[in-house]
Amino acid sequence: MTDVAKGSATANQPGLNRADYNGSKSTFCNGCGHNAIANVIVGAAYDLSLDMTRVAKFSGIGCSSKSPTYFLGRSHGINGLHGRMPSLATGATTVNSDLIAIGVSGDGDTGSIGLGQFKHLLRRNVDMVYIIMNNGVYGLTKGQLSATADLGQKLKHKGVNELPPLDLCLEAIMAGCGFVARSFAGDPRQLQELLKAAFSHRGTAVLNVISPCVSFNNGEGSTKSYSWGKEHDLPLHEINFLPMDHEEIRADYEPGTVREVELHDGSVIRLKKTGKEYDPTDRMGAVTLLEEERNGKVFTTGLLYVNEGRQAFAEHEMLVVTPLVKLPDEKLRPSKEALEKINAKYR
Amino acid sequence: MSVAVSNADPPATVGPGRGGVVNDFSITVATVNGSGSQTANNTLLRAIHKMGVPVSGKNIFPSNIQGLPTWFTIRVNRDGFLARCDETRILVAMNRATIQEDVRTLEPGGICLYPGEEEPVARRDDVTYYPMPVNELVQQSGAETRLRPYVANMVYVGTLAYLLGIGLAEIEEALAYNLNGKEKAVALNLGVAKAAYQRAAAQMAKTDPFRVERMDKTEGTFLITGNSAAALGAVFGGVQFVGWYPITPATSIVDNLSEYLPELRCDGEGRATYSIVQTEDELAAIGMVVGAGWAGARSMTSTSGPGLSLMAEFAGYSYFAEIPAVIWDVQRMGPATGLPTRVAQGDLLAAYTLGHGDGRHVCLIPASIAECFEFGGSALDLAERLQTLVIVLSDLDLGTNLWPARPFEYPDKPLDRGKVLSAEDLTRLNGAWQRYADADGDGIGYRTLPGTGHPAAGYFTRGTGHDEAAAYSERPEVWAANLARLAKKHDHARSIVPGPVTELTAHAEVGLVSYGSNDLAVQEARALLEGTGVPTSYLRVRALPLEQSLVEFIGNHERVYVVENNLDGQMHQLVQLHAPAVAGRLVSIAKCDGLPLTATWISGSVLAHEAKEKA
Ligand SMILES: Cc1ncc(C[n+]2csc(CCOP(=O)(O)OP(=O)(O)O)c2C)c(N)n1
Ligand code: SF4
Ligand SMILES: [Mg+2]
Repeated sequence: MTDVAKGSATANQPGLNRADYNGSKSTFCNGCGHNAIANVIVGAAYDLSLDMTRVAKFSGIGCSSKSPTYFLGRSHGINGLHGRMPSLATGATTVNSDLIAIGVSGDGDTGSIGLGQFKHLLRRNVDMVYIIMNNGVYGLTKGQLSATADLGQKLKHKGVNELPPLDLCLEAIMAGCGFVARSFAGDPRQLQELLKAAFSHRGTAVLNVISPCVSFNNGEGSTKSYSWGKEHDLPLHEINFLPMDHEEIRADYEPGTVREVELHDGSVIRLKKTGKEYDPTDRMGAVTLLEEERNGKVFTTGLLYVNEGRQAFAEHEMLVVTPLVKLPDEKLRPSKEALEKINAKYR
Repeated sequence: MSVAVSNADPPATVGPGRGGVVNDFSITVATVNGSGSQTANNTLLRAIHKMGVPVSGKNIFPSNIQGLPTWFTIRVNRDGFLARCDETRILVAMNRATIQEDVRTLEPGGICLYPGEEEPVARRDDVTYYPMPVNELVQQSGAETRLRPYVANMVYVGTLAYLLGIGLAEIEEALAYNLNGKEKAVALNLGVAKAAYQRAAAQMAKTDPFRVERMDKTEGTFLITGNSAAALGAVFGGVQFVGWYPITPATSIVDNLSEYLPELRCDGEGRATYSIVQTEDELAAIGMVVGAGWAGARSMTSTSGPGLSLMAEFAGYSYFAEIPAVIWDVQRMGPATGLPTRVAQGDLLAAYTLGHGDGRHVCLIPASIAECFEFGGSALDLAERLQTLVIVLSDLDLGTNLWPARPFEYPDKPLDRGKVLSAEDLTRLNGAWQRYADADGDGIGYRTLPGTGHPAAGYFTRGTGHDEAAAYSERPEVWAANLARLAKKHDHARSIVPGPVTELTAHAEVGLVSYGSNDLAVQEARALLEGTGVPTSYLRVRALPLEQSLVEFIGNHERVYVVENNLDGQMHQLVQLHAPAVAGRLVSIAKCDGLPLTATWISGSVLAHEAKEKA
């Protein structure tokens, strides 16, 4: 058994090296937060020995949405339309329930043009990991304000933002999402543990990751900058993800300081408290926390809300167990007798 | 009303030559929307059909749930000409608000049935009036207050049955069919129809010539809407995913899918081999369809004009990223919200070129119930074969009115799943393949599906420039080569889409080109033109892209009229581009007023132009 927590081995369960999980060379600006996140996805996939032939990568349009080519190069991926990744993912995962779906989007892609599809994806609880690379700005179109930009934020060419930001974690919780986490591109360790846990969640798992845009929104005072993140990131807990078949070593935690959350597939997230009393299964508690910190411009990171109780979309649909796309053609065309019955009915 | 008829036999026909006007007239039923006249009208339709007489019905209704005027026209025609016709000979005037206007539209010698308690009607000397005791019979029926407006319609069913000689047995069967065999409802409605029949027999002196007489011309056929046929075609064509958003007049495609799929496509435990998702809008509907198509499912959506507009960006994406998808566009009158409950063929150009940049979509244009059924399946085949979007252009008339049809024929070809490489294929190929390489010279590459258990299966699908190996590229020559291959694929489509249906008349100088639901009116217009000494040939386009035999057809006729139901002559424009060498022979006959075209309008337009030509 590989030591997942340390990630030190050179080959994982299927005998692949970490580099086998890479994609093509990134074309992001040097220092772009999106790069760090793509690397964390590679790391998490490697740690989990994710079967790349089952993975389907989805994205919209934006710098962030280009990232799926930079990780898991052996997997299928589809870079869709601006704001429309949720519908593509819903269609694909509904007809093939075997897929391990991972979507990447930006704050513009999710919070502006795609807000409707985002909310409806969550309402349906489509089984996928949904990463928002949130830089508070439109990177690819060169620095316009996004719907997550801070109130009063100044951008060089665009002036001052007079409108309150949308908090995409709040939006996710309100839409019924059962796994809502916030993290920071500058904290790959936390992000990787959250990401691994997200893959074990049934339904949509949203990771809203603050991801500084070094070209257009990394200035002093921006809550989406590296400097702000380093000073104002308040981790709720230290996180460890223990996969289902992990031989547990509990010894290094003092009783009472650890909270465990069991995920759908039997995996466990271990949340070590950092002082604050916080219950990630308390929906209103999560909402209150997010509302309170809006004004203080701090951002709490970690697992904000988890609820393993909801059925995922495909389960509602009462489909045959075999993924629809794997059904033989005979199962798709009713018999000649069935058509004759219909003909007789209309006569 | 001087002559009382004592028994309940249908009256003898009076009028010219005793034969009267038999099996050749049209009836307009004017009612208020929401008053439940649909059952009554469909009952008349089915009863006449069951008497072996060709009949069709057109619902001319408002975009409203209750209160606005609505008209239902029934055409009875012994020769099988069942297009809408302009002349109304029999009026059932149930709507006080429109009665004056409705009476004015009657042909001289026509008849008008009206609720007798509600005099006065607009009197005309050349019209025969039959008052019906509607309130009285409804009251006698004992129907609950809430049901009274509905059963009131049965009074005209019974009265017409008597006056025209429609069999009560057929009325009863048709009622049972339309009310899904619900005994109480059938008994109540039939009771009123019979009472009206008997009252008419007792008190009405028939002085008009109109009659329905039994024939054997509908043997083996039935009446059904194009949307029902489309849905059945998709069910038997193996549809796996449906994403949709409600819109008139497309909604009943999914209503029918939701009726038939659970019955026909579930396993023993009621688990489905398909999924239908009602989405948040048409962007999501087409997005899900494209996502499901990308993953390897036979996927479709249904919509109408406004929804089609919203689907434009994904349409271009499907073309360029080469992902199978099917849109059924049941056309209604646009632009904008337009006339949501009226017909037009105005989406042709929009559909063909939907999306920005260069790109053309394969469009199928059904003209009959049989073709709705056939294209329900073959659109899915073509989408997977060509790895592209296929748009089926039906319309409100074909989609939502009852049309005569022969029993559906079981598809004789297996499902065409197109070029998909399996894990075994990839092993055989040592993993060497290129998604967008033109390996077979038809412009169509091979694809793999996500979840194919082979390390070489994965590739990246994108709407941005890409090379044969699906890698991002902005190189001019790569872009140009890719678009050229897509154009070649579209050219290949020409040879595999349904070809035109052509009827040639020896030595005819005049050719007619049309498509879709105009077919019946064009056929009838040809008979009218023939009668005035203008024989015609006819080519009915069934798909875009257009193909070569159309060019030859034009070349073989002096003048070719392109007949269609839109303002701009959209098909005329496409045909001009397709056949520039003979484009001078083309004449556009186009009109759009919200109604299906009629034969008299078509033949009149052709004759007017012919006269100018000869002058
Ligand atoms: C329909 C449509 N409208 C506009 C655009 C232009 N566009 C491309 S990316 C983008 C914004 C991306 O912002 P975000 O999602 O935050 O991604 P980032 O680049 O910041 O990572 C816009 C407006 C587009 N591609 N498509
Ligand atoms: S513009 Fe901003 S978001 Fe885009 S790659 Fe550069 S740093 Fe990243
Ligand atoms: Mg952004």
